Amino acid sequence: MPTETTTESSSTSDLTDELDSLLDEIDSVLEENAEEFVRNYVQKGGQ
Amino acid sequence: MAVAKVLGIETEYGVAGGPDGDPITASTLIVNAYAQHERRRVAWDFADETPGRDARSQPTMSYPPAIEIHLANTVLTNGARLYVDHAHPEYSSPEVRTPLEAVLFDQAGELVMRKALETCNATFDPAFALRLYKNNSDGKGNSYGTHENYLVDRAVPFDDLVRGLLPHFVSRMVFCGAGKVGSETDEARGYNTTFQVSARAEFFEEVVGLETTLKRPLINTRDEPHSDAERFRRLHVINGDATMSPVATWLKLGTTSLLLSYIERRGVASLPPLPARPVRAFRQFARDESLTVTTATEAGEWRALDFQEELFALIQRFVADEGADDVAPESEVLSLLIEWRNALDLLATSPDDLADSVDWIAKRRILRAYQERYGCGPLDARLRAIDLQYADIRPEKSLAARARLRPLFSDEDIQAAVSAPPRSTRAYFRGTCIERFSESLVSANWDSLVFDVGEGPLQRVAMMDPLRGTAALTEPLFASVATARELVVALNG
Repeated sequence: MPTETTTESSSTSDLTDELDSLLDEIDSVLEENAEEFVRNYVQKGGQ
Repeated sequence: MAVAKVLGIETEYGVAGGPDGDPITASTLIVNAYAQHERRRVAWDFADETPGRDARSQPTMSYPPAIEIHLANTVLTNGARLYVDHAHPEYSSPEVRTPLEAVLFDQAGELVMRKALETCNATFDPAFALRLYKNNSDGKGNSYGTHENYLVDRAVPFDDLVRGLLPHFVSRMVFCGAGKVGSETDEARGYNTTFQVSARAEFFEEVVGLETTLKRPLINTRDEPHSDAERFRRLHVINGDATMSPVATWLKLGTTSLLLSYIERRGVASLPPLPARPVRAFRQFARDESLTVTTATEAGEWRALDFQEELFALIQRFVADEGADDVAPESEVLSLLIEWRNALDLLATSPDDLADSVDWIAKRRILRAYQERYGCGPLDARLRAIDLQYADIRPEKSLAARARLRPLFSDEDIQAAVSAPPRSTRAYFRGTCIERFSESLVSANWDSLVFDVGEGPLQRVAMMDPLRGTAALTEPLFASVATARELVVALNG
């Protein structure tokens, strides 16, 4: 049914838009040198 | 009523940076910064600590856990303990009466750590700035814990707890796993895993045991009740992940509390079968983001979701028959069952729809989208960075804070729980004494307070029952006294 299809595709595109803006946000806060950041994160074991 | 399922959650945070790169220095700075910020310093009393006592009669371990008394250690006005455990700052929430309250005080712990970090970093050269992460490993094979604690009737045989809890412990990660990029132990690496449902599972090697830092067991036998040992056991659960999603934390604590209530009242005869090899099942399920892998049981091959479906059906009927007011008021128990049902339905049909409430799915959604946008491989350093940064507790850096996770409490409620104790347990008495009489308090721990009231010997006030010392029981007393001495006199009278 056309109405349902329209609703579905619009909500899917809303979700994609949301994910896109989330990724933009993540890009803007992600630690700059990922490789170094990950390498330098070393912990002593705990419980 | 069965024993009230008083509970709490303790988290060792990952710590990075600092003046000399030493995690113990960094952790100590964090704890001291918070204590200084609070301007109230009450020391911890170790009289109550017996981490080497085993719930089984014949303990087996390579060496007994030591009590570390030299490291920074303090008690907060919300009744929590903030201290350095091994090489991590740890927040142990106050004991509370319901799983939902435990979520609130777990989130308050994130704010405590954030405040400590800000206070600390305000005095530092930015080059030495500290960072804190609410996660469970460093990606290089070093793990640290998030432990749950539940009050259980001492009359329940420990073997029944083992039998009853294992099906849940190997499978509950489907809704309370934190998710993790890659693997970091030799065993898991053999499977070329690129993503795991649970961050912590690959570090588990035994089914039952006393240890917590090596040869970690699915069921920990530490028998340190912090209450009347004749009546109570404190079940110390070490196999869970640190979760950022409040709904996931609530489900983890709530489903486990309900199962404990069931075992106390109905025993273990009707519970789902035991996995033939529980540790193997736990690790298999962790590596299976498709949720289709099965493990051998005496009743055939079971998926993680099969264990959960069976547990849900059993507990739903049990709650309908008897209620579970030992876990929480009816309204919370019913909401919990709805949330659990919803999670199991969506996990079976469209798991991505749980991206607002289940951490491994929220994290995976971000990782997949990032991978698609930049075309990077599944173990790319940027994806590992996203994994780490998901749990960064700084609001300007946290990815969990950007993942649209569904809140259970307002920011104002969480902020209030940073300083105000829960009203529902003895943590109210502990926290209120610290708020009002810290200058007369020599030390505090889970089950006692020691006062110096100026003359005569030190006065120890025992709190062996977690449900005595609630606001309902002690508010009139607090209203009638102006000093610690008056409080002690009133209690002794």
